[in-house]
Amino acid sequence: MRITRTVAGRSRRAAVLVTTGLTASALLLTGCSSDSDSSDTSSDANGKITLTVADFGQFGYKEAGLFAKYHELNPNITVKEDTTAEEKNYYPKLLQQLSAGSGLADVQGLEVGRIKELADTKADQFADLSKVIDVNEWVSWKEKQATTKDGKVIGAGTDIGPMSLCYNTELFKKAGLPTDRKEVAAKIAGGWEDYLKLGEEYKKKAPAGTYFMDSASAMYNAVVSSNAKQYYDESGQPIYKDSPSVKQGWDLSAEAADKKLTQGLAQFGDPWKAALRKSTMATVACPAWMAGQISIAAGDANKGKWDITTAPGATAANWGGSFLGVPTAGKHVAEASKLVKWLTAPEQQAAVFKAIGSFPSNKGAYELPDVKNAKLAYFNDAPIGQIYADEAKSIPETVLGPKDAVIKDTISTQINNMEQRGTSPDKAWKAATEAIDKAIG
Amino acid sequence: MATSTPTRDAHTPPPRGSQRKPVNAHRQMWRSRIWRFDDKASPYAYIAPFFLVFGAFGLYPLIYTGWIALHRVEMTGLDRMEWVGWANFDRILHDAEFWTAVSNTFLIGVMSTVPQLLVALGLAHLLNYKLRASTFWRTIILTPYATSVASAALVFALVFRADGGLLNWVLHFVGLGDTNWANGHWTSKIAISVIVIWRWTGYNTLIYLAAMQAVPTDLYEAASLDGASRWQQFRKVTIPSLRPTILFTIVISTIGSMQLFGEPLLLEGGTLGAIGGNEHQYETLSVYLYNYGWNLGHLGPAAAVAWAMLALLLIIAAVNWLFGRFVRKSAV
Repeated sequence: MRITRTVAGRSRRAAVLVTTGLTASALLLTGCSSDSDSSDTSSDANGKITLTVADFGQFGYKEAGLFAKYHELNPNITVKEDTTAEEKNYYPKLLQQLSAGSGLADVQGLEVGRIKELADTKADQFADLSKVIDVNEWVSWKEKQATTKDGKVIGAGTDIGPMSLCYNTELFKKAGLPTDRKEVAAKIAGGWEDYLKLGEEYKKKAPAGTYFMDSASAMYNAVVSSNAKQYYDESGQPIYKDSPSVKQGWDLSAEAADKKLTQGLAQFGDPWKAALRKSTMATVACPAWMAGQISIAAGDANKGKWDITTAPGATAANWGGSFLGVPTAGKHVAEASKLVKWLTAPEQQAAVFKAIGSFPSNKGAYELPDVKNAKLAYFNDAPIGQIYADEAKSIPETVLGPKDAVIKDTISTQINNMEQRGTSPDKAWKAATEAIDKAIG
Repeated sequence: MATSTPTRDAHTPPPRGSQRKPVNAHRQMWRSRIWRFDDKASPYAYIAPFFLVFGAFGLYPLIYTGWIALHRVEMTGLDRMEWVGWANFDRILHDAEFWTAVSNTFLIGVMSTVPQLLVALGLAHLLNYKLRASTFWRTIILTPYATSVASAALVFALVFRADGGLLNWVLHFVGLGDTNWANGHWTSKIAISVIVIWRWTGYNTLIYLAAMQAVPTDLYEAASLDGASRWQQFRKVTIPSLRPTILFTIVISTIGSMQLFGEPLLLEGGTLGAIGGNEHQYETLSVYLYNYGWNLGHLGPAAAVAWAMLALLLIIAAVNWLFGRFVRKSAV
């Protein structure tokens, strides 16, 4: 009797254990697929909701205090920002989340180098913002970039990057070059060839250990950006191998590398920042957002040494600039769209410009005093509002392609090899085209 | 197993509720059957969770990766799969960059594994002697292993930096310096190997130490009675006793170096890290896979690389096994 009872007891216990074990492992297995959607919890009984904004690099909303202000205006809405430092890490994650339809923020930042690919392949997963915003408020080409073939707008433009030239007046003076904005502009009015000529002039009397430009790949980017046709044609075919703008940019970079006019530093890296701190390069191709980067890297000690003038040549260029999109998978699409409309409205873009120097893409902002009269104390009180607004008007409407960002990166790496390792232009070009074909194919 | 005989519950009282006799007999037969089944099946049930988890997180991804390797799948459209057969394998095998990655992986593997295991062996031998505060030394030696790859790689990136790096700064005083470590073909591999050696030596030391402590002390006593020096003891007693452990650490280190990823990715970081340096000089197979899949967005070839890596590991395992058999035979 005793024995049987214990046996029965043991067996029952075993059965319980097995069942628990199996259930636990089954739960574990299904756990990852179960929908742990967090947006459910973002809305409580009082109708208060939390909107999430995922972005990369520096969008400047926190710096301009815009999220706090939005909460003040809309007490039932709290905005949370999730920033990834490098866009390179941000984009693959975004693609995965779009494919899975989960994990997305209510508002997602989209980079200009990726906007074409997203508009081509992921448009159905973004809300059509043309119903919320007036696309005519933007500089003509900006909103077109985020518009699909059937007229859907997947992103509202944030900033743009009208090109200028930042130069170190102290180094210019030491090398016997003019330092006045207008005089410098006149010297390079003929285009980027003039810029290289100025570089040779600089090199003749340059202080030891200094270079005319930071990196040839930056100049390459600036050259290509001033052309309507870059890496793809209107029908979406990659034409980078025969593209005149790519060839021009490449040849100029090769020349700069050959004449040792460049320090050959990859932009935004630590050595680049150190070089700015030590003032070893005289010029930097300067999209609007670059001025902020220079002032941070060069530090207070170099305040007033720098100045800004118009970029070489007559045609303006645009480098960079982002968009804000609203994924339809979100729980608060309407509220998120309203937030995007507000964030990209003239007043808010002007506030971001004031805070971190990202130049507005919304034309309405150009008439606001914060932009129109803006001067950068760090850059010898350069009238940046005026310089960039003038540039922005003549920027050509560029043809974007799905892999613009990767192509630009790959070519930059090879230009870097020419500068740093003395790789011959032919060999570098071959390596670049091989890598690009791999990326496109 | 005496309790598992069917007769054991002959005296079981009928359960609550009205039960008729024939049903009861029928029930007992069923019970005994269930128990017999229970005895045979429960061990499998006990180990089932592991296999279920392994099936879901180990086997399924492996097979699915193989399936992807035979398709054209883009990061931008994970739901669209287009059958391409062996084209992805063809593509990577005809890619010079793939072979660069293979040779880099092997070179860095050898450059990091060999010194690492030799140093670990020496350190373990030292720790095996009576030392003051031996636990302290053992803990210290394991500390690098406890740090994350990311923080280790980031710290070493500062050490090996070309401009203002710690190592160049030190070399400067001896009249050397200004080496662009990440830029050179050999220097970059040395830099990565140093990070790997720094992280894993302690781990292997402890494994060797554990094996050394299992070596009977009378062997050493006998040897020292015979007048053998410490070095002789190490060579003639320790090493032969450690042979299986050494083989084990070689296998583990080989697998580890095949999967080398964080160190090369973070040595320079950013765009250059993702392609293993501006001329792929330190691109390992894992970095190549990562770049193909997550940077270029072509998941098909990336999956093919994963399977190629598996194939390489199997080849290495086979070589290792043959080598081990050879060692054992020659030892007899």
